Amino acid sequence: MAATQEEILEGLAEIVNEIAGIPTEDVLLDKSFTDDLDVDSLSMVEVVVAAEERFDVKIPDDDVKNLKTVGDAVDYILKHQG
Amino acid sequence: MTAKIRSSKGAPYARILGVGGYRPTRVVPNEEILKHIDSSDEWIRSRSGISTRHWAGPDETVAQMSVEAGGKAIADAGLTPEQIGAVIVSTVSHFKQTPAVATEIAHLLGTKKPAAFDISAGCAGFGYGLALAKGMVTDGTAEHVLIIGVERLSDLTDLEDRATAFLFGDGAGAVVVGPSKEPAIGPVVWGSEGDKSDTISQTLPWDVYRERSSEEVRFPALRQEGQAVFRWAVYEMAKVAQQALDEAGITADELDAFIPHQANLRIIDSMIKTLKLPEHVTVARDVETTGNTSAASIPLAMERLLATGQAKSGDTALVIGFGAGLVYAATVVTLP
Ligand SMILES: CC(C)(COP(=O)(O)OP(=O)(O)OC[C@H]1O[C@@H](n2cnc3c(N)ncnc32)[C@H](O)[C@@H]1OP(=O)(O)O)[C@@H](O)C(=O)NCCC(=O)NCCS
Repeated sequence: MAATQEEILEGLAEIVNEIAGIPTEDVLLDKSFTDDLDVDSLSMVEVVVAAEERFDVKIPDDDVKNLKTVGDAVDYILKHQG
Repeated sequence: MTAKIRSSKGAPYARILGVGGYRPTRVVPNEEILKHIDSSDEWIRSRSGISTRHWAGPDETVAQMSVEAGGKAIADAGLTPEQIGAVIVSTVSHFKQTPAVATEIAHLLGTKKPAAFDISAGCAGFGYGLALAKGMVTDGTAEHVLIIGVERLSDLTDLEDRATAFLFGDGAGAVVVGPSKEPAIGPVVWGSEGDKSDTISQTLPWDVYRERSSEEVRFPALRQEGQAVFRWAVYEMAKVAQQALDEAGITADELDAFIPHQANLRIIDSMIKTLKLPEHVTVARDVETTGNTSAASIPLAMERLLATGQAKSGDTALVIGFGAGLVYAATVVTLP
């Protein structure tokens, strides 16, 4: 069953917490991964890999660059999840 | 008539008997790298973990570094060079294609006409060599096999390429594999993914110089798609590492040491998490002061863990190599 926007945000928050140690409540739609959440380009790859597993979605390298904010990632997953 | 052919008789099992390493004398700090690229010490450390690497001088040739490392490994195994039945050298930075550098190294070491050959398996070269050596020892084709991983990657580094200039280092690492009464090298999990051959490769083939002069085209260097390689390493290689544990019948709890290819500390840290390695497992972080030395990295890291007392003889270690090909090889070993 497809995940809702809320479920995806919650899941992403857990992933970011696991990878970058940011408290889950700080992971909000308008936050930038690099500027606000201490997720650098390599941590971002780890976030993407974990999100792919969790939400059954493929996020190619070329698309990763466009995921600047948590909201971008949530939207992408909503649209592409299997 | 089908005549009866006698077969060789090998040892029941194989083990690593000794390890040795050679690091070039010149230490190159990040500051020196920054002369050629727009970067910072902080960026290099945070993205790769590397603060210094060793670069070889003119006398520290592929053969010379190998002789140093190989000689130490033979002595560490309590053997003499005449007892070596085969020499396997893994390298991508020996610039003479024929003859194999292994024959020269075998000669310089004072061995007695052993089988000697080079293999090309990038950063998985050590694991590939180990798999071959184990087979040779248990098949009886050689009683003691010397495996050397050696690189002068500084010769293949484009100092102006921001994505690779800081990554590579030079050095040689060697082990001797010989007979064992008990299993001490687990099943190898290895393979290749040729569909990703472009993600790490030499920029140009050597024969480009047949048509063009060295003034026209720059000396070849190693190039990579960093993000693609990083993704593959953290995702696929953690699975391969787990498979090597499973096939050896070892749980993460039973491990004493984890000695992955020293490509990037971030890859290593990610693997530790994915594999859920417990705190007590000693992790090789040699990349910090050695950089990525490709085929040499695992034996060099192994030697350092043992020399510094972070790991000891008899410990159980998971080793995994991965890189250009793409190729990979993982196995569980008992440390010498
Ligand atoms: C090489 C590696 C550290 C580069 O990291 P990366 O995050 O992929 O780098 P990117 O090229 O995506 O660049 C990310 C950012 O850092 C910047 N950057 C790239 N190289 C830089 C450098 N040397 N110094 C400073 N900044 C750099 C980029 O400009 C970019 O900035 P921007 O986001 O503001 O545009 C990383 O990809 C890696 O280690 N991959 C694995 C490679 C490996 O181990 N290979 C061998 C396997 S055997």
